[in-house]
Formats: sequence, C-alpha cells, structure tokens
Amino acid sequence: MDEKVTREIFPRDSRKSYGLVELMKKTAPIVKKEPEDTVYVWPNLLMIEIICAILVTVGLMVLIQFEHAPLRSLADPSTTPNPMRAPWYFLGLQELLVYFDPWYAGVVLPGMIIVGLMLFPYLDVNPKGVGYYTYSERKFAVFNYSFGFAIWWITIIIGTYLRGLDWQWYWPWSNHLEHMNPALVTLVPLHLIFVNWFHVSEGVGKLFGDIIFIGYFALGTIIPMIVWKPMYKAMGLWRYLTFSFFFLSMMGVALKIVLRLLFNIKYVLVTPWINI
Amino acid sequence: MLQKIKNEIVESQIFKSVFRHGYPDNDLDRAYAIFSSVFLHIHPVKVRRSALRMRYTFCLGGITLFLFIILAVTGIWLMFYYTPYTGLAYRNIKDLQFVIFGGNLMRDLHRFAAHGMVLFVWLHMTRVFLTGAYKAPREFNWVVGVVLLVNTLVLSWTGYLLPWDQLAYWAVTVGAKMASYTPLIGQNGPWGPQLGFLPTNDIMFMLLGGTVVGQNALIRFYVLHCVVLPLVVTVFLAVHFWRIRKDGFSGPL
Ligand code: HEM
Repeated sequence: MDEKVTREIFPRDSRKSYGLVELMKKTAPIVKKEPEDTVYVWPNLLMIEIICAILVTVGLMVLIQFEHAPLRSLADPSTTPNPMRAPWYFLGLQELLVYFDPWYAGVVLPGMIIVGLMLFPYLDVNPKGVGYYTYSERKFAVFNYSFGFAIWWITIIIGTYLRGLDWQWYWPWSNHLEHMNPALVTLVPLHLIFVNWFHVSEGVGKLFGDIIFIGYFALGTIIPMIVWKPMYKAMGLWRYLTFSFFFLSMMGVALKIVLRLLFNIKYVLVTPWINI
Repeated sequence: MLQKIKNEIVESQIFKSVFRHGYPDNDLDRAYAIFSSVFLHIHPVKVRRSALRMRYTFCLGGITLFLFIILAVTGIWLMFYYTPYTGLAYRNIKDLQFVIFGGNLMRDLHRFAAHGMVLFVWLHMTRVFLTGAYKAPREFNWVVGVVLLVNTLVLSWTGYLLPWDQLAYWAVTVGAKMASYTPLIGQNGPWGPQLGFLPTNDIMFMLLGGTVVGQNALIRFYVLHCVVLPLVVTVFLAVHFWRIRKDGFSGPL
C-alpha cells in the first residue's frame, strides 16, 4: 500500500492508543519477502563480527611487534623542534597554513569541512544509488566527495614526507639537515602583480583582486544555474546556493594551492581586516 | 557425555537465571539469545542474507567500534599508572615502558588502536558515502556520524598531550595556537582584539586554562580525554546504532 493511502485510511491520532504494530512502507525489508531471504543473527552475523574482532586483534598484535608508541625527551618549552609537526591526521590542516592565513586554514576551513559534511545529505537530491556501489548513477556526488578526500590525503602526504626544516619543501633526496634559503621564494599578493603589469596604483590593484575573488563566486554560482538548468531546478534556490558556496570554497582551496605553488601568489583578496 | 554435560549446564538454575533461554541451537532460542541480551539486542533477530555480504560494509563500522572498545579497555588500564601532573606524567610513561609488566603492550595497543580508529572511521564514512547510505531516511544518522568523526579526532588529539614529551607538548601548542586565530573570539583572529579579546581571556585561554600549555592544560586535556569525550562518543554511538535499527540498514535488497 502506498504510504499516503495508508495514512489516509489510518490517520495518526494522538488520542488513540497504539500497540507495537507499526505500519510499514512497502519497501520495508521484510514485507513481501520470502522467509528464506533472512537468516538468524545468531550465529551468522555474530560469527562475522567475532572473526573481524579476532583479525583486528591479530593485526594490532603483529603491528606492535615492529613498531612502538614513540616517546621523545621530556617536554621543554624552551626548545622548539624544527619542523614542528601536528599528529598525522591534522597534517593536512597544518599544510594548509602554507596557503592561507591561520584564521582561515586553522579555524574557518575545518569548520566549513564539518558543516559541509553534515549538510551533504540535505543537498544531494539525487535519490538513486542507495544500497550499492555505483559511480555512473551519481557521478557528481562521488566526484565531490573524492575531490575533498583527495585534498585531505594529498596534503597529509605532503606534510608528512615533503616538508622539512622551517616547513620548507624537501624532496626525499634533499639534504634534510640543511636549511633552505627562504629568500629563494618571494611570495607576492596578487595585487602587486597587477601594479607591476598594468602600472596602476595599489588601490586599483586590490580592486582587481577583489573583483576576481567575488567574480569567481558570482560566476561560479550563476553559470551552472543557466547551463545545468535541470540540476538547479531539482535543487531549488537555497539548496543550490548553499551547495554552490561550499563547492566553490572547496575548489578555491585547490586553486589557491596551485596559485601558491606555481606562481608564488600570497593573497588574492586583500582587505584591511582579512586576506585570503 | 559432552551432550550430557551441556544439558546439565543449560538446565541448571544458575544458567536459567542468567540467560532465560536454552542453548541457541534452534530458531526459537536463537531469537531469544539476541533479544533477551542487553549486549546483543542491538542486533535484529534476523537480517537479510545480503546484508551480511562482506563486500558491502567491509565491516568498517564494526571494526571502528571494536577499536573503540580496545581503547576503552587499554585506556582504563593505563589510567591506573598515570598521573596528570607535569612533574610526573613523563616519568609514569617511562615506567610503563621499562618497569611495569605489560606496560609497553598496553601503551602500544592504545596508541595504534587510536591511529586505527581514526583511519577506519574515515574508511567507514567513505563506504557509507559510496553506497549512498546517507540518503533519506538516513540523513540524520550521517550527521551523527560526522559528530562521531570529529569527536574521534579530538579524542586522539587530547590524548596526544598526556605523555608530556616534546612531541606532545609542541603538537598541542601548534593546535592550541590555532584557536587563538578564531575570528571574533581569538586574540589573533580577525576582529578579536577589537572586541576586547586578549591572551588572558580569549578562546585559547579557555582551552588551555592559561596562556601557555602547562599544568592547567594537562588536567583539562586529561579530563576531556578520559571522561568527557569517551562519554560523548558513547552517547552518540548509542544514537547511531539506534538509528540504524530504526531507519533500517541500507544494504542491497
Ligand atoms: C566512532 C565512529 C563510528 C562507529 C563506531 C560507527 C559504527 C557503525 C556501524 C557498526 C554501522 C553498521 C554498518 C557498518 O558496519 O558499516 C554503521 C552504519 C552507519 N554509519 Fe557509522 N560509525 C561511526 C562513524 C560514522 C561516520 C563518521 C559516519 C558518516 C559521516 C557514519 C555514518 C553511518 C551511516 C549513515 C550508517 C548506516 C549505514 C547503512 O544503513 O548502510 N558513521 N556505523
């Protein structure tokens, strides 16, 4: 029976008392299923769980034969280790400090990752692909997740293996004991490049930067609205705007990494209060 | 002979008072075994055969849970030997390494199970994502999951300080410094100073109980790591599992 029809015939009413019998949607697992389709949890599922637990225990036991929990010298506030590394699972965020100011890389961005993850189920309107692995039926969603996941892991790998003294870039074959000359890399805010190229004043250069920054978000929001109308229609305005904001921010992180690594650009948006 | 001993046990008053059902070798007792046990009743009595397919969940959620249990057990064991005092903490860990029987074993297990939990919680999230298991009606359980993910990371991070060695001290110093850059409420964040936040009253001060990582920070991290956060994780896990039962498992039909 259709959910709606069920509700019409049996309206929910707080004045009635209900037993433990629940009205099920027709897709509920056990309805209209052969009894052979289900098996008892004892022993079928419990056995799998026990085997998993044993395997994990064995894995851990083997691991700790080769590797021990580290313990360095006693904490000493007067000697700062160089480089100073966060635990590996935060190295991605620490690596982002190279590309953004701390208020953004260390606070706002992690906050946005958490909120963005939480909102994802409410922004994804594609009903397909529940209960099985598929790429073709939900390409865009999978792309989004994989992209974010990739940035997270790539920055962790960079932070773990490619950073050395003073958090400079060290290849595995570079001499890790020798300080890099920081003067080799000069970082410039984007607006100074405009000042150089077009011989405009600093104020106008900053304006260019602001326009690029705002234009990126504005065009990034408006163009897909027109080009992929069905997607926009399916999502509705607010859902689309929220999604677009998070999506463009994520892409922005990748863009900024490229701008910084290849062109030594420090900031795109420069204001008296914050720089991005 | 064995059969007789088994019957003796299963029919005894003690066994009956504890389990209230026979040995689960028939369907009725198998059902009872699950729903009359506080530990097992988290499961349904029966599941769809296809939900058991290893290639669907890869057991990732279950492994995360198991690692959490290992962490709780080894963690409580470690608590017997650890004092959250800057003058003792480091020596306690040294004792665990060199003096106390089983100290290394427990400490290594605790450390690597923690790394493992962080890793597996990500893998589990990825599996949930790739199977679309976060879609209606399971959106909220995904949100609960994200809370668990964040808590797992913070748990790991607060535990990092406790050995009070150079690694611990500086990793937490970097992390706490980040808090001081929080916009509006951090001493170094945009609009922080303008709103009156100084090193002695901003969010980092609140986190550390001081301006630097010291005794107050250690006791804060200790209480968070050993009491508050494990409790929070446990409560959210209860919700997480409750919701899986109520919303149904997403597995293939
Ligand atoms: C402490 C961490 C966590 C534990 C111990 C845990 C445990 C579990 C377990 C045992 C299951 C049953 C199925 C399976 O094994 O895959 C499950 C399902 C689920 N988990 Fe988690 N989980 C955790 C974190 C998360 C996170 C971070 C997310 C997502 C952001 C999440 C979202 C879900 C969802 C939506 C389901 C239902 C899956 C379905 O119906 O197919 N969980 N969890």
